Amino acid sequence: MQALTSRVKQVDRRKMSFWERMYLVAIFKGMFITFMHIFKKKATINYPEKTRPFSPVFRGLQILNRDEEGRENCTACGLCAVACPAEAITMEAAERLPGEEHLYREEKYAAKYEINMLRCIFCGLCEESCPKDAIYLSETFTPADYQRKQFIYKKEELLIPHPKEDPEAYKKALGNRAKKETVN
Amino acid sequence: MLLAIDLAFIIEKLALIAVVVMASLGIAMYTTFAERKVAAILQDRRGPNRAGPFGILQPLADGVKLFFKEEIIPNFSSKALFILGPSLAMLTAIMTGAVVPWGDKVHFFGRDISLQIADVNVGILYVFAVVSLGVYGIMIGSWASNNKFSLLGGLRAASQIISYELPMGLSLIALLFITGDLSLREMVVQQQNGLWNIVYQPLGFLIFLICAFAECNRTPFDLPEAENELIGGYHTEYSSMKLGFYLFAEYINMFVSSVIMATMFFGGYDIPFLNEADYNTNWMALFGVMALMTKVIFFIFLFMWVRWTIPRFRYDQLMNLGWRILIPLALFNMLVTGALILLKQNNWHF
Repeated sequence: MQALTSRVKQVDRRKMSFWERMYLVAIFKGMFITFMHIFKKKATINYPEKTRPFSPVFRGLQILNRDEEGRENCTACGLCAVACPAEAITMEAAERLPGEEHLYREEKYAAKYEINMLRCIFCGLCEESCPKDAIYLSETFTPADYQRKQFIYKKEELLIPHPKEDPEAYKKALGNRAKKETVN
Repeated sequence: MLLAIDLAFIIEKLALIAVVVMASLGIAMYTTFAERKVAAILQDRRGPNRAGPFGILQPLADGVKLFFKEEIIPNFSSKALFILGPSLAMLTAIMTGAVVPWGDKVHFFGRDISLQIADVNVGILYVFAVVSLGVYGIMIGSWASNNKFSLLGGLRAASQIISYELPMGLSLIALLFITGDLSLREMVVQQQNGLWNIVYQPLGFLIFLICAFAECNRTPFDLPEAENELIGGYHTEYSSMKLGFYLFAEYINMFVSSVIMATMFFGGYDIPFLNEADYNTNWMALFGVMALMTKVIFFIFLFMWVRWTIPRFRYDQLMNLGWRILIPLALFNMLVTGALILLKQNNWHF
């Protein structure tokens, strides 16, 4: 019969010799193989102490950005919500009042901004659609939680730390994703 | 005066019993840890490393976990037997340590203290008897569970242990031809003065080793608890510390059979290429105990090494190996040994 593929292997149906039937040789061979595995490199990474390096284009948790003075960039234009294929983003806009100029960069801001992390597919379209460089995807991923409602991230969870009040945390949150293109 | 000596004797033995029991429990505890570590290392993993440095507190965490688990006694089980099962398994596992010579004599308070609980002149027979009793723990527990899987596991354990006890005993007879004594201490003393018994009895040792694997229900002979066909085997219905006792008993059995193998074939507490009589006895005894423990640790590692190398036998293969290969082989070994000893007595003349 003609073989269907080139990978056919003929089964050896010869009778086993005495040594083969003893199995002891095969057992010692097997034990040698398992013993050599002692010296192999472990595949596991000790997770909380060490983390796997992320690719430079890794798309993780969203972050709402601030400018250098710590003012929120977001103007609640809603483009990210429109772009979002998973419909994970909702927001409510509000007008900036006099005296709030140190909080919000422009006259309009997001009073409420929520991302449902259970719906989010981390495609990064929100980042691409944002004209104000207000949202970008970081290098961290969503931590586990016990309740579903904890996965609806509010502004408190999403906003980057204040660059003046907490510069270290700001830098850490920004990571090496520092503004790729500044839109102004 | 007589009473005083007896009292000291009793205290000495009680202390020894306490130490041996505690040591076997502690070693069994850490054998569970070692098993997980060895398994992990042989499979390129890391194994438990969270509890304490390198995970050395893991067995404690496991023990605490087992204690806090809910104790379930099935409604349809016979309760007394259900509790008796694991107790018996544990009891027999610990009892075997009584006749093992852990080391040479030590001098304390002007007394010679032998590091052996009881130097019985039928030592090895005692070990055999107690180890065979161990199967009752499994059988009673599995029968009392009133569960088909448990019962099948128990049946398998019983037939397996009975089948493998025969070649084990036969391989030992050949060894006893050479030593001419059933006392384990006497065997060690002979090996200290001469060569280790493994030199005279390589085939006997191989048979004994295979049978020891079978008696301890270790892979490749772990059919009594074959988890993918019998769920948990004989301990399917067990939970909490009663399950812990069964698992523990298995590890203690492993430890004890390693000790027995080291004692009978590898010189026990004998340190190779060293004349023990030349040195201070107390230190020498300590080093002897350490030598024995090194051998034992090697054997325990061997148990684990084999477990993560060889897959489980099929049941008919198990029976075939026991009855049709090992028993004839052991008989052959016995006859050849007997013939050689006879020849030697005749000064190698036919």
